[in-house]
Order: sequence, then C-alpha cells, then structure tokens
Amino acid sequence: MPHRTFSLFILPSLLAMLLFVALPIGSVIYQSLFIEHEQIMVEVENCGPFGCTTERRVDAEAMAQLRAEEPAGRWNGLGTYFNAGHLAFERIGQIWDRTETWGQFLDQAMNLPFYKALGFTLAYTFIVTPFVIILGFCIALGVNALPNLAKGPVIFFSLLPMIVTPLIGSLVLFWMIDSRGIIGATLQTIFGDPTLSLKASPTLTWVTLFVYGVWHSAPFAFVVFYAGLQGVPKDTMESAMVDGASRREQVRFVVIPYLMPLVVFIALMQLMDNFRVFEPIVGFSAEANATSLSYLIYSDLRGQDTPLFASAAATSVLTTLGVIVLLTPVLIRTWRDFNRKA
Amino acid sequence: MTDTTAADAKLIAPRRRRRSATAKPLPLIALSVGFVALWVIAAAFPFLWTAWGSFKVEADFFSRQNWMNAVTGVQTLRQTGEAFTMDGYEGAWIEQEFWRAVINTAIVTFFVTTISLTFGTLGGYALARSGFRYTFWILIMALIFRAMPHVTLVSGYLLPFFELGIWGYLPTTIIVLVAINQPFTLWMLHSFFLSIPKDLDESAMVDGCTRFQAFRLAVIPVMWPGVITTGLFSFLLAYNDFTVTSMLLTAENQTMVPKINSFLGSTQAEGKVMYAVAAVVSAIAPLFVLIMFFQRQIVSGLTAGAVKG
Repeated sequence: MPHRTFSLFILPSLLAMLLFVALPIGSVIYQSLFIEHEQIMVEVENCGPFGCTTERRVDAEAMAQLRAEEPAGRWNGLGTYFNAGHLAFERIGQIWDRTETWGQFLDQAMNLPFYKALGFTLAYTFIVTPFVIILGFCIALGVNALPNLAKGPVIFFSLLPMIVTPLIGSLVLFWMIDSRGIIGATLQTIFGDPTLSLKASPTLTWVTLFVYGVWHSAPFAFVVFYAGLQGVPKDTMESAMVDGASRREQVRFVVIPYLMPLVVFIALMQLMDNFRVFEPIVGFSAEANATSLSYLIYSDLRGQDTPLFASAAATSVLTTLGVIVLLTPVLIRTWRDFNRKA
Repeated sequence: MTDTTAADAKLIAPRRRRRSATAKPLPLIALSVGFVALWVIAAAFPFLWTAWGSFKVEADFFSRQNWMNAVTGVQTLRQTGEAFTMDGYEGAWIEQEFWRAVINTAIVTFFVTTISLTFGTLGGYALARSGFRYTFWILIMALIFRAMPHVTLVSGYLLPFFELGIWGYLPTTIIVLVAINQPFTLWMLHSFFLSIPKDLDESAMVDGCTRFQAFRLAVIPVMWPGVITTGLFSFLLAYNDFTVTSMLLTAENQTMVPKINSFLGSTQAEGKVMYAVAAVVSAIAPLFVLIMFFQRQIVSGLTAGAVKG
C-alpha cells in the first residue's frame, strides 16, 4: 500500500489517538511542573462602632485575573514530585533515621499517601493476577469435561461478573457483604461475632477487594483457556495415553505446556488492567483502608472544591512510569514476534 | 455380511477400549462438576439475588433480623400490601430522573460504537495491508496507549477542557471515549483483517476499483463477524465507563454509571438505598440480554488476541 493511501486510511484513528491520548500525556507532564497560585491577600480596614480592625482577605478579583493569565499556576519545577503527598524523600529520610528495623521502616513509610497507594496497587496487581490464572484454568478444565448441552448455559453465567461494569459489580457484592446483607450476616453467624464487618478492618477490606478482583477477571482467563483447550493436539494427547501417562500427568505434561503462551497473554493483560484498579475502591467505599494510584488521582481531582491539578498530574506521571515498567516485557515480546513474521 | 461385522468389530474394539481408558473415575467427575457448579453459583447468584431484592423494601433486602426476609418479603408485605414492590424503580426512574441518564447512555454508546468502528476499520485495514516498518511502531504505540490508566488521561484533559469551555458536554465525552477505545479496536480489527486473504481486495483493484472501493465493496462484506465482535467491545467500553463519564460530564448530562454513583452519596443517607439497587438492576438488565444474544461473539473476541498472537 502506498504511503499516501495508508496515511489517508489511518488518519482519523491516528488523529483521535494523538489528540486525546498522546497530547493529554504531554499536558499531564506540563501540569505537574506547576502549582496552584498562592492566595493574594489584601488588607481591609473594617471600622465599626468599637473602633477599626484590619483584616486580611483573599483578593478574589486579582486571583481571577491571575488564573486567567496563567491557568496552570506558577512554576514549581519538580517540587510537587518530592512533596509529602508524592515521593516524600525528605520524610522517607527522616523515617529511615528514626527506625531501626526494616519492618518498622516499611510500616511507617506505608503511612505516606503515595506509598500507601503504591503498596495496595502492587499488592492487588501481583496477588489477583496469579489467582485469576489458576481459577480460570480450573474452571476451563471443569467446563471442558461437561456434556455439550451444559456448556452454553455455564459459559453464559460465567461471563456475567466480567461483562458487568466493575463499579456496579462491586456495588452488588458490597450490598451483599453489608452486615445486614446475606453474606455479611451469614459470616457473622458462622464466626459467632455480631460485630464482624468486612468494611472495618484494613486487612479484611484488602481481602474483599482481592476476592472481588479474582471474581471479576476469572471469566476472562476461563474463556481464553477454554478456547485454548479445544486446540490441544489430539495426537500428542493420545501418545501420552499410550505411553501410560496418568490423568494428572497428561494435564501436567501435555495440556499446560500447550497452554503456556496463553498464560503469558492473560498475565500481561491482567497486569495492565489490575494496575489501574480504581472502580472497586469506589464501589466498596474502601478509600479509608485501601487506595490505589488511580484513586489518588481521582480524589485529587474530585475530592476538594477546586481540583488539585498539579498533584493529580504528578501522580499521573509516576503512574505512567509504572505502566511503562510493567509493559517492557510485552514490548520486547511484540518486537520479537514482529521480527519473526517480517 | 459376516466379514463386514468382523471388520467393524476390529475397528470398534480398540476405540471402545480407548474410551474406557479415557472414561473418568467417578470421584473425579463429581469433583469437577461440583467445582463448576460452585463457580456458576458464585458468578450468577449475586446478580439474581440483587435482581430479586430490588422488588423488596429496604427492611427486607437489608434485613436486621434474618436474611430469609428478603426471600419471603415480610416487611414488603407489611409496608406495601404486596409481596413485590416497584417503589425502588419508581423512585429511581421518575423521582431521581434516572431515565435521563439512560437516554444519555444510549446516545454515548451509539456514537462511540459507530465512530470507533468507522475509524477502526479504516485504520485496521491500512495496518493489515501495509508492509512498511512504521505499522509496527503504530501498533506498539497503540499498545502503550491501551495500557494507560484512564484516570491519568482524564487528569490531562480536565484543565484544557475547562479553558476551552468544552467540559461537560456529551460530544466531548464521546470523542474522548472513541480515542481511548481506538488502540484496542485497531489491534483487534487489524488481526481480523490479517485473516482475510489479500487476493480479495487485490483482484477487486485489478477489476478497476480504487483502494477505498475495494475496501468498502470487497473486504467489508466478509468482515461483518469481526466488525460485530469489535463493536460489542466498543459498546461495552462506552456502556461500562465510569472514570471518563464521571469526571467529564455535568450532573444533568451524566450517564448511568456515574449517576448510580451519585445516588450513593445523596440517597444512602436518606434511607433510599433501594433506589440505587433498582438503578443497578436496570443497568445490568441490558448486559444480560447482550450476553444472551452475543455469547459466541464475546467468546471469540476475548480469544482473538490470544490464540492468534
């Protein structure tokens, strides 16, 4: 295809991506280098019946003018990155000096908002992903053994947790684990503890979110593995049988090696998707005990009266760096694939 | 007659023996069926339970005494005189104007899906047919864009959109969702187009079609399965989006998901949580129908990237 035709065909798509994906990344980097204007104060003299008092007030008019001139705020360099809300090197240094053991150090460092969010995001990503793969694989093996008639309905119901909007799916579960909901009340009866609440303790909140994550993503892994199982070569399977392989050995030495590329695929997709975990935290109202990087940005933009653009932008840039680190293996793999094909 | 049966017997005998070798021991069957049954319950029960509960009053769905109340509907019977009530739906759809959000969602999903597919088929076709090196870099770029958390992009839009005065409108949100959706659409359609033989459009061009005519008249007619599958996922992205719609739309332009989220803040305090439950069930129902009709396409779409890649 000549370059000209190619560029005409790709133009709308490329333009949309450049304008609304690439440019915002630039905008985020730019915004992160600025910070909100300082309040301009004026002294106002109030004279009443009991004498005059001077009062300092925000000069709204001057502020509005300043904002109109420089909407992004004043230059701050990398200041936002290093402040207490983000990388907080100074605080980390203090904590390092103060604490004696690694445990103590980590414990205190994890109280800083950025590291708290990073900790949860990484924990979520690296705990949910393997469980999704294992559960998905087990379901696929189970469904594959079912009679054909039952497969359709089972797949239908299996798709539900994945297709339903994460926010709505987490709300549905949230209502069920409420202490007055069916799961919450049952757990209280089982453990004989009428005050037990999955929402109260940080550990239980984390576990709830992890369980939600596995429940939400397992169907994806299941469907991919299930499709893969249909293609397991019959000859290899039969020769394994002839050689006297037991059922477990067949799975271990024929099925799993054959499905390995799919495991890699699911893992990469899941790493990308789980790293941006956000909606479940809103759905489960879990922000007190668990925040993710995405949630930090959201609350910077939504939590206050005026959005904190600089702070949100700095977190965004740091998150993007995290994404790039996660993606490196995928990029290398794609590069190899492309060269092999070419 | 006799020798055919003898031959048949020879043919059948090893097969029969093999079947008995593959027949599973009973405990294993029980285990695997039990496991699948458990999973199906875990996957489906929450939705069925919530759908059932949405026709009850709050005192039943969130029962302090006994969860069986939600099944029998004791309080619902006492408060409304019937075992099922539409109060939650009335409150959400009429009093809280959920219908507005439904219309907005319909507009957003329709335009996001059609525009995404138009841009995506053109781009995906070009990427599949051009052998130049830059196609690789465009695909890699799309992959990186695909991995970007949406909220980081939104934090990039917010200030410029305020400055330009285009914040809060549906068209802005639609084009943003189209752009966010493009990387995925491109990848998927690109792999579908690769599976269509080049000869098809080349012979059309030999017959005198321009490249665009060949694309429209020869390739698109055989591409419908791929287009429908990709369209389903574009639809789901637009329908399910919370991050973009909650931050880029004003309250009256909100789509369903952010609207439900705003219910939680305002109505939970007033004891109207059943409004939110009814709204949630209303939002799930179309997805239920969607899976029913397009299960095959969804499954093939999920596996498209994996099995080919």
